[in-house]
Amino acid sequence: MNTIRRVAIVGGNRIPFARSNSVYSSASNQEMLTATLQGLVDRFNLHGERLGDVVGGAVMKHSRDFNLVRESVLSTTLSPQTTAFDIQQACGTGLEAAMIVANKIALGHIECGMAGGVDTTSDAPIGVNEKMRKILLETSRAKSTGQRLGSLAKMRPGMLFSPTLPRNGEPRTGYSMGEHAELMAREWNISREDQDALALKSHLNLARAYKDGFFTDLMTPFKGVAVDNNLRADLTIEKLRSLKPAFDKKVAPNQGTLTAGNSTPLTDGASAVLLASEEWAAAKNLPVLAYLSFSEVAAVDFFDKKEGLLMAPAYAVPRMLARAGISLQDFDFYEIHEAFAAQVLCTLKAWQDEAYCKEKLGLDKALGAIDLSKLNINGSSLAAGHPFAATGGRIVATLAKMLNQKGSGRGLISICAAGGQGVVAILEK
Amino acid sequence: MNDSYLNFANSAVGAKLADALGLPKPIVLDRYKEGQPVIKGSLLIGGGSDAPLLPTLAKIFKSIGVQTVAPRHLPQWLPLANQAGLMSGRWGVDDQPGEKVKALVFDATGLTDSTQSDALYQFFHDAARSVLPCGRVIIFGRPPEKCANPRQATIQRALEGLTRSLAKELKRAIAVQLVYVAEGAEDQLESTVRFLLSPRSTYVSAQVIRVGLPVGAGGTPSDWNKPLAGKKVLVTGASRGIGASIAEVMVREGATVICLDVPQAQPGLNEIAAKLGATAIELDIGAADAPQKLVDAAKADGGWDVIVHNAGITRDKTIANMKERFWQMVMNVNLSTQERINDALVESGVLKSGARIVCVSSISGIAGNMGQTNYALSKAGVIGMVQSTAPVFAKHGVTINAVAPGFIETQMTAAIPFAMREAGRRMNSMSQGGLPVDVAEAIVWFANPASSGLTGNVVRVCGQSLIGA
Repeated sequence: MNTIRRVAIVGGNRIPFARSNSVYSSASNQEMLTATLQGLVDRFNLHGERLGDVVGGAVMKHSRDFNLVRESVLSTTLSPQTTAFDIQQACGTGLEAAMIVANKIALGHIECGMAGGVDTTSDAPIGVNEKMRKILLETSRAKSTGQRLGSLAKMRPGMLFSPTLPRNGEPRTGYSMGEHAELMAREWNISREDQDALALKSHLNLARAYKDGFFTDLMTPFKGVAVDNNLRADLTIEKLRSLKPAFDKKVAPNQGTLTAGNSTPLTDGASAVLLASEEWAAAKNLPVLAYLSFSEVAAVDFFDKKEGLLMAPAYAVPRMLARAGISLQDFDFYEIHEAFAAQVLCTLKAWQDEAYCKEKLGLDKALGAIDLSKLNINGSSLAAGHPFAATGGRIVATLAKMLNQKGSGRGLISICAAGGQGVVAILEK
Repeated sequence: MNDSYLNFANSAVGAKLADALGLPKPIVLDRYKEGQPVIKGSLLIGGGSDAPLLPTLAKIFKSIGVQTVAPRHLPQWLPLANQAGLMSGRWGVDDQPGEKVKALVFDATGLTDSTQSDALYQFFHDAARSVLPCGRVIIFGRPPEKCANPRQATIQRALEGLTRSLAKELKRAIAVQLVYVAEGAEDQLESTVRFLLSPRSTYVSAQVIRVGLPVGAGGTPSDWNKPLAGKKVLVTGASRGIGASIAEVMVREGATVICLDVPQAQPGLNEIAAKLGATAIELDIGAADAPQKLVDAAKADGGWDVIVHNAGITRDKTIANMKERFWQMVMNVNLSTQERINDALVESGVLKSGARIVCVSSISGIAGNMGQTNYALSKAGVIGMVQSTAPVFAKHGVTINAVAPGFIETQMTAAIPFAMREAGRRMNSMSQGGLPVDVAEAIVWFANPASSGLTGNVVRVCGQSLIGA
């Protein structure tokens, strides 16, 4: 039985994120993930290396991509003997993948591995019409030509024109993610002004980070693109204020506060991080940017108890803090994924709410406020965009580099996910 | 001055017809617009296994803001690029070609033997189909005449053949150049790289450029969009055509311009000067006292920084039919005058260290032309003057270079009979004539304060004319 080891984050790589149906509209998940993994291999000269595992996934996936990560690994210059597997936990996929690889390293099962994620809403899977699919399956089961013709005769031309399209919504409630976030903003009384202000800060911070060359060794260009194309470096609060509410029709007619500016757009992109034991990194003469020390997941009952769909991180964080024996204020950096500005603001407000912390989170007092000058200081999803499964890898690499630049410290990662789930972690140096 | 076939071949119907009949299909060339980035699109970098220029290039690309990618054969690029603060990555994964790029740059300075040419094949074979229209290719080598041993000199000289053939093969207005950079002159490359990557060099192709140790006081401009800020530039023959365009581009680059032309050209001269806020000098430079007058004018003006010898005349006749007067006139204005003026300006010290002389030669001077014995003699003489005076003027810190225009759309070429004009226009790798501004852009590149490493160069602005190649 091995003792538990520290898990080093050696580095990360991502391709620039691109708004759906823009520059990557013809790129597949596999192409993007392969380019991202290859970039990481190139950065740390891992050609021909057999890694312990590569774990990753995509939220929107074609059925042919059942073995997406392994197929991508085979297209890189890593040893073909590197194992890989797919996972999927909605927007938590990337961070969950890192946690899985980290746990294997911590336990000594493997020495090194990559974790990542990719998503495209441009190259989305479109299924044939559901009735047509049943007929086709029935036809394939038929034993005689007569039966075959009989079932095929049930086909109607209209079926060709009403395919099954993927949708960005909760199957149980029928509401889209944005509508759920709008409901949360109403419940927590989050103002439009605060949401717009957070969005503006995200863009300005990300633009500054690019200008400072922060991402130079965290990204590789893809398809001629070298910067997230959702980023608006010249964004103004007036521009944000001019946008119309986008998710209010069903849930809060004419009272909406969420707009295209303070919500993340559908995005294409991929990211990956390289994790390793300290011994392996030292033997390969590779840097250690930070350590992944704690992680936690939580889920809320958003259906029967009508909890806010994206409030699970509010639950996950205090549980993790208790295990780590630290308080919410003991961090140098906070990386709270900005699915919607409202999600971040609801979570921060909930942690300051005495009643919520006692009744819902089972704490004896409120977690309190955080120092907002430590929040998402190099931008986050509102500016960079949010390719669902790729966001975790982006945040882990970004935070690890920030901790390495500072020399020591601690950072919190919080990511909300569809299905009322939350994935959180602590990085330290 | 209007190339109507170019417009026709780029129309919907015209493009189809040109395809069907196998007619040349010139594409509309990229041209520089004030304030636009040097290059729009990625740059693919390649090199031999020994590629000593890469760190220099990384620094220049960072300064320019070029997005680079490198093929798998050049793993050393990524750390070098990152070190220079440049994001980079692999071009094409899984042995597939990557995205289309705007430029290819190959560092061949490390090639020391003809057996090492495989790296060139690999790079250009893989990338040849991936260059965007109006793309750029630059191959860097070492000047053969300065190579330590014959083998190295041989492979370096061989690069010229590759350059010229690529320029003919890649088509779609892709320009290919060879830059011989002397050892120790790496710091002098930026102005040349900027020029060659940008649309400014749109009509320059298949040229061999030598960059050597710096001559005189130069320096990096604080604003690359206004590199000539604070510089005083004399342009001769500035009243029309190429001269007017030179004056205009000089002003765009921040220079204070002095426009010179003969008294007969006064209306055009005054118009240009007024438009550009420039000073006008009416002077027949062919006159014997012209050099002294110019020295006096320059002294009164506090010295000049750049002299552009653009003024030139033609008096075409076959030599059997040519009058002696025309022979003498052309030689005097196009060559002897320039020699006298240069000597006077340099010796009197009104051209200070860091000054630039840029001459206008001609493709006729390289290839020769029927009916232009006098003109070709004078223009080949300009090349001789540039090459012979470069080392002399270098002692005073003054550089001297020449551009040699090919077929440029001007009033002068518009007067050529139709059939000959069409032949002149189409018989080059761009299948079209150049514009006066294309010549002007090459001249301002030589005039740039950062171009101290350039002297004795003759660069053709001819779209790789098939004549005189």
